[in-house]
Order: sequence, then C-alpha cells, then structure tokens
Amino acid sequence: MSTGNMNLTLQVWRQKNSKSTGKLVDYKLSDISPDMSFLEMFDVLNEQLITKGEEPVVFDHDCREGICGMCSMFINGQPHGPKDLVTTCQLHMRSFKDGDTIVVEPWRAKAFPVIKDLAVDRSAFDRVIAAGGFVSVNTGNAQDANNLPIPKSKADAAFEAAACIGCGACVATCKNASAMLFVSAKISQLALLPQGQPERYRRVQSMVAQMDEEGFGNCTNTGACEAECPKGISLENIARMNRDYLSAKFISEEEV
Amino acid sequence: MSKLNSNIPAGELTQKWTKYKSSVPLVNPANKRSLEVIVVGSGLAGASAAATLAEMGYKVKCFCFQDSPRRAHSIAAQGGINAAKNYQNDGDSTYRLFYDTIKGGDYRAREANVHRLAEVSANIIDQCVAQGVPLAREYGGLLDNRSFGGTQVQRTFYAAGQTGQQLLLGAYSALERQVGMGKVQMYTRHEMLDVVVIDGKARGIIARNLITGELERHFGHAVVLGTGGYGNVFYLSTNAMGSNVTAAWKVHKKGAFFANPCYTQIHPTCIPVSGDHQSKLTLMSESLRNDGRIWVPKKKDDTRKASDIPEDERDYYLERRYPAFGNLVPRDVASRAAKERCDAGYGVGSSKLAVYLDFKANTERYGRIEASKAGNHNPDKETCMRLGTAVIKEKYGNLFDMYAQITGENPYETPMRIYPAVHYTMGGVWVDYDLMTTIPGLYCTGEANFSDHGANRLGASALMQGLADGYFVLPYTIGSYLSKEIATKPIPTDHPAFVEAENEVKATIDKFLSINGTKSVDHFHKRLGHIMWEKCGMARNREGLTQAIQEIQDLRKEFWADVKVPGSADEFNPELEKAHRVADFIELGELMCKDALNREESCGGHFREEHQTEEGEAKRDDENFAYVAAWEYKGVSQFELHKEELNYENIKVAQRNYK
Repeated sequence: MSTGNMNLTLQVWRQKNSKSTGKLVDYKLSDISPDMSFLEMFDVLNEQLITKGEEPVVFDHDCREGICGMCSMFINGQPHGPKDLVTTCQLHMRSFKDGDTIVVEPWRAKAFPVIKDLAVDRSAFDRVIAAGGFVSVNTGNAQDANNLPIPKSKADAAFEAAACIGCGACVATCKNASAMLFVSAKISQLALLPQGQPERYRRVQSMVAQMDEEGFGNCTNTGACEAECPKGISLENIARMNRDYLSAKFISEEEV
Repeated sequence: MSKLNSNIPAGELTQKWTKYKSSVPLVNPANKRSLEVIVVGSGLAGASAAATLAEMGYKVKCFCFQDSPRRAHSIAAQGGINAAKNYQNDGDSTYRLFYDTIKGGDYRAREANVHRLAEVSANIIDQCVAQGVPLAREYGGLLDNRSFGGTQVQRTFYAAGQTGQQLLLGAYSALERQVGMGKVQMYTRHEMLDVVVIDGKARGIIARNLITGELERHFGHAVVLGTGGYGNVFYLSTNAMGSNVTAAWKVHKKGAFFANPCYTQIHPTCIPVSGDHQSKLTLMSESLRNDGRIWVPKKKDDTRKASDIPEDERDYYLERRYPAFGNLVPRDVASRAAKERCDAGYGVGSSKLAVYLDFKANTERYGRIEASKAGNHNPDKETCMRLGTAVIKEKYGNLFDMYAQITGENPYETPMRIYPAVHYTMGGVWVDYDLMTTIPGLYCTGEANFSDHGANRLGASALMQGLADGYFVLPYTIGSYLSKEIATKPIPTDHPAFVEAENEVKATIDKFLSINGTKSVDHFHKRLGHIMWEKCGMARNREGLTQAIQEIQDLRKEFWADVKVPGSADEFNPELEKAHRVADFIELGELMCKDALNREESCGGHFREEHQTEEGEAKRDDENFAYVAAWEYKGVSQFELHKEELNYENIKVAQRNYK
C-alpha cells in the first residue's frame, strides 16, 4: 500500500477571479506516493490548505480516467505534463522524482480566460461546434444503419479524428493559441464520412469563421499541438481542413 | 391504497408502445413554441432529450455542472451499446433482448418498459450512425458487433473502448446544433439545487451559477432530470468526481418517490484499490471478458508471479462454476464469484483483493488466425503472440494503455489484476410508463430513474437506455402532459414558490459556510463510503445494515456540526458544491440501507447473506418481494414504503441459471 516518500515543491498559479491578477505561490508537500495521480496529489494539497484555514486551489477535473477532457493543467511548461498521450488525471507521480519542483499554471490563451486559479473558460469550443460541427439530422430521420456501408479505413480514420476530447491542450501549447487541431478534427471526422458530405463545405466555412471570431490564433505549422495532444490527434486533420476550406472558396454558392 | 400508478397501456405487450404512440395527444407547432421545457443534465439521456425536444419545436433550457455538455459522465462508458438488429444472424430479436434484460435484471423490472426499450434499440443505432458516430466496422463496410455478459448473441455495437464518448459526442453535436439555432439555451457550470412545485406541478428549478455563485430561478412548463446515478455515495466508484444525487434527491424531498435505492451494480472488472490516497476507481470494460479469462491460483496465498503458475494450477472459476456462460456471466454473478475467491484466501496482488484477467490464450489464438491469413499455417508461439498482440491492441488499445498508466504494469505481458467496484445504480427516481415521477410535470430519464434494469443491469444496456429515453421515449410521452398545458402562461419567477425555494437553498448555503468546523467535506464523504462499502456493498446482512443506519445517522449529525467549507457563497467554490452533494449522499445512504434491510431476499446486485442457495447463489423470494419499493420522503430519517407489484404476463419467472 502507499505511504509515499516523495517530497515536492509546487509552484501553483493562484488567481482569485477573472478580473484580478494572479501569481505563482510555493507549496511544500511531503510523503507523496509515486502511485498517486497528479490530481490526487492536488487533493492532498487542498486537504492541507483547508485544514490550515486557507483556500484550496481550484482546478477543473471530472472523470479522472482521461476521457472527459475537463482536466487542464500546464505542468512544467507542458499541457498535461511530461508524458506523451496522457491527460493530467492519468499522469502519475512516478513520472516525477523526489525533491522536484513542479510549476503548475492554467491554460493560457486569449480565447480561454482564467476563471479562478487553474480553471479556464473553454466555452469557445462549444460555440465552434454549434457553428457547424454536426450532421443536420433530426431524431427519427435515419435510415437503417447498414444501408450505408463505409469502408473500414474511412471509418477508422474518422474515429481517430473523433477521439478528440476537447481539452484545449492544443491551444494552450500553441505559440499562436490556435485552435486548428481541435476544429480540424471535427471537420475531418465528418468530411471522411458519407453522412458529412451534404454540409461539408458550409461546415468548414462556418466553423473556421467562428474559430476566428473567438480570438484563436492562426496556424504556423509548428506541430506543438500534435506533439502535446493527449489523444494523438494528427496534423493531417489540419491539412484536410485547409484543403476543404480552400475548395469551398471555389465552389459556387448554390453548392455550398 | 397505493399512490402508485404505473400507467402501463392496456393490450398485447408487443403492441403497447405502437398503440401509445399513435394515440398520444399531440401539440401543434405553434403551441410547442410557447411551451418551455427544462432539461437538467447533458449526458446521453439529457442531451438527446434536449436536442430532440428542441427539434420538435419546444423552447428548451439545458443545464449541466461541467464546463461543457460534452463532459457528462456518459462519455466514460467503454464497451458498447446493445441493439436488437440481428445483423449477425445469430437469432437475435426484440423479444430476445427484452427477455435477456428481464432475466439479467433478476425479474425485478417492468415488462412493458423493457419491451419498449428493446423495440427502440434498433432506431438508436440508425440515429447515431446518421449523425456521423464512427462505430466499429468490418472490412465489408458494415457494422461490427461483439458479445457482452448475460447474453448468447452478439448484439453489442461499439467504437473501440470509447463507445460512450462517441455516442455522447453525437448527442452533444445534435444539442449544439439546436444551441446554434437558438432553440436550446445552454447553462453550463450551473447546478440545480431545488425543484419548484406550484399547485402540485413541477414548474421550474433553482440553479446556482457555479462561477458567480448567483442563485437563479428558471421557469418551465415541465422539468426533465437526466442527472445520472448515485454510485458516488460509496466515495470510491467508477463514476466521475462530480457525479452526484443532488438533483434527484432534491426532487425526492419535494415529493418524488425514490425506487429500489439498494440496487447497486458492482462491476467485476475494475483496477483494484492501490492506497488510501485513491480518489476514484477505473473500470476495465466488460468487453475484455470476450477475450480475457479470469482465474486465481488453485493454491491459497500463492505468491508466485502469474507467469510462473502452470496451467493446471490455475482455477478458471467462472468457467468451472458456469460452463454455459463462462467468463460472460452477468456482472453481479461475476463480482460475487471474485469476492468469494478472495474472501476464501485465493486473491492475488499485494492486497490479495484481486483476481487475474488473462489475455494470453486468446492473443495466441488471434495470432494463429492472422498467421494463417498471411499463409503461415504452422507459426511458432512467438509469431502468434506478436501477431495476436496487434489484434488485441486494435480491439482494446486504449484500455490497455489506461491500465498501464494507472498500475505501472504492462498488461500485454502480465495478466491484469482486477477487482469489483461500484459502477452503476439501477435504483433511482420512480417513474411511470411515461417516465413521469410522482410529481406531475417532472420527468426522469436515463440512469437517474429506476425503470428498466431491475436488480441488475446487463452490460452495454446503460447507453441503450439513456438514448432510448432521450431520443425516442420522452419526446413522445411528454406530449401527453404538455398537450394539457397549452393554456398555461409562463409563471413569473417572483411567484412565492420560487422565492421560497430560493430562500431554502440560500439558507442551506449560509449554514454550510457558518459551521466552520474542523473536517473537510471529503473527510465525511470517505467515512460514508466506508460504511456503505462494508455494510451495504457486495454482501449485506441484517446486523450490518442495522449498524450502518445508526452510523450514518451519527455521521450526519457530525457533518452538520463539524464540516469546514472554506470560501464564500458568491464565488467559484468547489468545496461548497461538494458540501451540497455529500449532505445529500449521507441522507441517501441511510435510505439505501433501509431499503436493503426491507428486502429480505437476494436478487441481482442486492445480495443478502441470509438468503442464498446451498451453492451460494442469490435466492429470490417472488412471493413476497416481486415489487418495486418506492419510498416517500416524510422528513429527516423518515421514509414511507409504497409497493408497485410487478406482474409477469409474458415471461415465466424462474431462478436465473447461467450454468
């Protein structure tokens, strides 16, 4: 069982609300078990703060199994910390060493304002989806599912794009705070499938327009988003989106 | 005289829903535009209901406590969704899905509801595929299926180990489409803290804006809850950290009956607890039992590594005890069998509270098939394992990765260690055939209601029920109520009932913040969870339950005297949110124990040690307990039992047999 022996120094971003300015605050933690998840380590910190009469650190989290996309810490300069293909909630303390100093900040992007401490507002992503990230099919309008055979390779590629958890790590790590990986993943998923064809060119235009309106930056092909994405979403999606966006410009308005 | 009327339509079982649909009163489009519906929760049940109601023309407000509706805990469902499509031509049918679900639920669910669920199951798959949900396919381009527990057909549709995610994102995209059109107003980071009842009907809610702390009043001609299950009453469960019973409990205290609270599902294949720091447990999908064999050493306290234990010294106890279903027995049966082996001293791992889930045999088998496809008809073992591992990786890759992350072990090389954990709650708010609670105008869908799974839910049926309720059932049945409400003008939220409900919520918040005790909310939650797991968990008995009720009552008093909630009411304050939830869990925990104590039989997930067969199987008492226990709230620690008799007209009730 896990009585741990790691001693750590945390430097955590504390910010009262969206209007105040924040700063990094130091906390010492001892007896941390390497089997703890990173968020469980924060639970220990918060328990100590509450006992001392201080305010606990606010951070977003929910499923703690890497799928809901809610957790969002920028750890030592990397979204979701040092390990590839994991979210913060699936990062375990065995990835750190006794005596480490760990700096923890919120996602930083103009389109993701800080709400409090480490929690940010990612509602811009919802608005981008609302602008076109769907197939317009009302409940009850569907034909038998097997009337629409889809080649396995296409279905698998669509699934890979659809695996995006909407956490925003791509935006947080991008020097331009671009949301292109997120937006292109949804566009790709639907562009790869026959169900997505009727609205394909409208979709790419309205989603890109909304993305710009939210204040996300542009893509300069650095690839940090792909490198940091906890779900391995590929840069190919951005290429696919750009191709469709360009094609849409050449298609007559009636077709779009 | 019971106050319960399940409102099941008359007629032949197979015709009930068809007849209902063609005779339910309609609301014309102009009237729909002036009728407002509040949907609380944005998981499969809530999001699909909100989207569909808006498509139909109703004005919808949808609430979720997360930062986006896409994060509801349905997203974490792994294995799949059942549907009676019979695409595999293996003899499946609506009737078989209906039958399997009733039997799997140990004959404690309503026939009419379950048959309707089976009928609409096929439509769900059609709808999701039309939305662009990328379900798994075969090389021919058609949809693939796999097996789940408690059935002998392959009717489970899936998207790798992320079926819930893909289905939820489908419902979320349908919801966001309506948000974009202005037909749904979405309230994220809002938590419902009470229902407003006027002249006996649900007319709105009090919600707290979790960022500003502001209390808001919202009117609706009807209110729909899709707020999920209450597994977190055990503290450790596979639920998300935020999953809670608060909305359901608040409506219970305002008059909605709570049914079968003691029916909880303990899932057999979860990653074992590793220490006191643990905040949640992680499921390893039931789909793994398609290809994994469960075993423990034949020798007690065997400390050898799994790979050092020869084949003939392993006890594949599920295959031994249940040869017909083997590793695919229903969850309650598999969980109890694991507990039995561990209690008897055959458990593995450092805690001895784990069994092995081993993929080696099937990895080798798949490898042999792959080699054969490539023309190698006599492959060596290493080739088989290499090729087979690739197959396993494609089927379950994300689950294996998750296991490796959490345990630090490589499941491709050593068997997984697994142990049962709380996963799902079959009990919930009592609803009639229309999914309406005992408060007129208040509906309850998905896991939050009690209706379809009896005493044990079969795998891959939660997604089915959530989407059935939201896409295909509620949008019809709510019309029967709303058609009578077309003359009701929106009630201004300065109505005394709104003011009073808000004041009550405010008083509770002030109380939390003024106690200023010495222990955190989590401290109490952990203690509650410990009581529940030890005394109202996989096995229950009279003595333990009686003690638990007393302990929970004491815990409640201590909580209200000594809890420490930092911060203030008018800010983002997660500790305050937790305080609300844990206060409600404590009250619910007491009712669960009382329900478990009342039910002097074993059925499904409810196992009373006093009631078992000589072979240790659950022993039902159909003569005295073939009823739904619906509890009415009468004040602190006061609950009155109402019984809804269960009548089986189409299925012959029998002792479940998976041997």
